[in-house]
This record gives sequence, C-alpha cells and structure tokens, in this order.
Amino acid sequence: MVPLSYYLLLSGILFACGVTGFLIKRNIITIFMSIELMLNGVNLSFVAFAAHWHQLAGQVFVFFVMVVAAAESAVGLAIIIAVYRARETLNVDQVNLLKL
Amino acid sequence: MSVHLILFLFFGAIALAGAINLLAQTHPINSALSLIAVMAALAGEFLLLGAEFVAAIQVIVYAGAIMVLFVFVIMLLNAGVEERTKGSRVAIMFGVPGMLLGSLLVAWAVVHSSGGEVVPVGALPGPPSTIGELLFHQFLLPFEVTSILILIAILGAVVLASKPQVVQKRKEH
Repeated sequence: MVPLSYYLLLSGILFACGVTGFLIKRNIITIFMSIELMLNGVNLSFVAFAAHWHQLAGQVFVFFVMVVAAAESAVGLAIIIAVYRARETLNVDQVNLLKL
Repeated sequence: MSVHLILFLFFGAIALAGAINLLAQTHPINSALSLIAVMAALAGEFLLLGAEFVAAIQVIVYAGAIMVLFVFVIMLLNAGVEERTKGSRVAIMFGVPGMLLGSLLVAWAVVHSSGGEVVPVGALPGPPSTIGELLFHQFLLPFEVTSILILIAILGAVVLASKPQVVQKRKEH
C-alpha cells in the first residue's frame, strides 16, 4: 500500500526537474526534452488521482495529454530544424534576434 | 514494507535518477537516453496503479515514437556538447537553490494535506475496453477535435521543416 502523497511527491519532483532543466539548459533540444519530462510528471499525478478517486476519466486525460505532446513535439522539432537552418546553432543564447 | 511499496520505490528511484541524469549530462543524446529511462520507469508506476492501457501507451508512444523523433533530430542536426555560458552559470547559481526550496515547500504541503491516504494495488483496473467505451461515448468530441489537431500538426511540421527554396520557386511560377 503506497500513500497517495508518495505518488504526488514523485510527480512533483519530476516536474521540478523539468522546470530546472528548462531554465539551466542551453541546448534547444534538451530544453524541449525537459518539457516532455514536465508532461510526464503531470501524467503520473493524473493516474494517481484517477486511482484514488475511482474516476477512469483521469486515464483518458493522460491519453489526451500524450496525443497533444506528440503533436507538440512534431511541430517543435520542425521549428528546431528551421532555426538550425537559419542560424547554424542550437544554443538558445545565440538565437536572440527575430531578424535573420 | 509491502511488495507494492518496494516496487514503487524501485521504479521511483529509476525515474528520479534518470531525471537528474538528464540535467547533469551535457550531450543531448545522453539526455535523450536518460529521458527514455524515466518514461519506462513511469510505465512501471502506471502498472502499479492498475492503468494497463496507459502503461502500454506510455511505452509505445512516448518511449517509442516521440523519443525516436528526438533522436532522429539530434542525429540529423549533429548536435554536439553544449557550451556553458555566463547566463547558464547564473541560472544554476540562483535557479537550483530556488527550485529546491520550492520543491521542499510543495512536498511539505502535499504530505501534510493528504493525510496519508493509501492507494491500493490495482485499485482501478483500466483495461483497454473500458477506456475505449469512455473515449468513444463521453469523450467523443475531444477525441474528434484531437484528430484535427494531429492533422494541423502534420501539415505544420511538413511546412516548417521543408527547405525555404521550394517555397520561393513556387512563388516565381
């Protein structure tokens, strides 16, 4: 028997790791992976609450989160490729102009 | 200490180690591999909670499809080791203690407010048939809207990633 708060703690720690990576990483691909880590942390709390409140809708929401994450990563990686073509770099510190 | 708790701690430790390794590594391919470890460990947690369908989808879609896409892009762009800049050092100096403080605060609040309610093993079995019934009755409209979202994402990805010269040629004709 695992207390609900343990699941929430693990989910919160994963989310915090994602936020930290988003802030300290300088590679645009790694920043993107940190966003995926945050989504995973949220998914865990969705499933834990679904089991706790006996509501299967929580698991359906995880399904929707995954679908949106897939769409988001497809578009985001396309944007990364476009940025790399224009700038020849993946470092976000060097991508600081809207103008080409 | 029950088997359930031991398994929870085992998968939780793998997920945590993977998440920290993602932050510690400087090469994006190492970060991607540790993210795959996090996702596989989370699939184990979902199985512990009785969410079989979500666990399967987690492995197939997240650890399979999305991470393969990431690895493809890393290989395609030949991404190297990231260089440390002055801005990132300042971010580490102030960001990491700030995040630790915030995490401790949230952890304290969560542990104190939930009062140690336990989630039994497989409390809510989520077999694909039940999820499917819910998805195609109660959540039919969001499901259909999702298909349009995916279509737009495919078109957007193709337009964004296509070479700019192709667009210019089309304008000339």
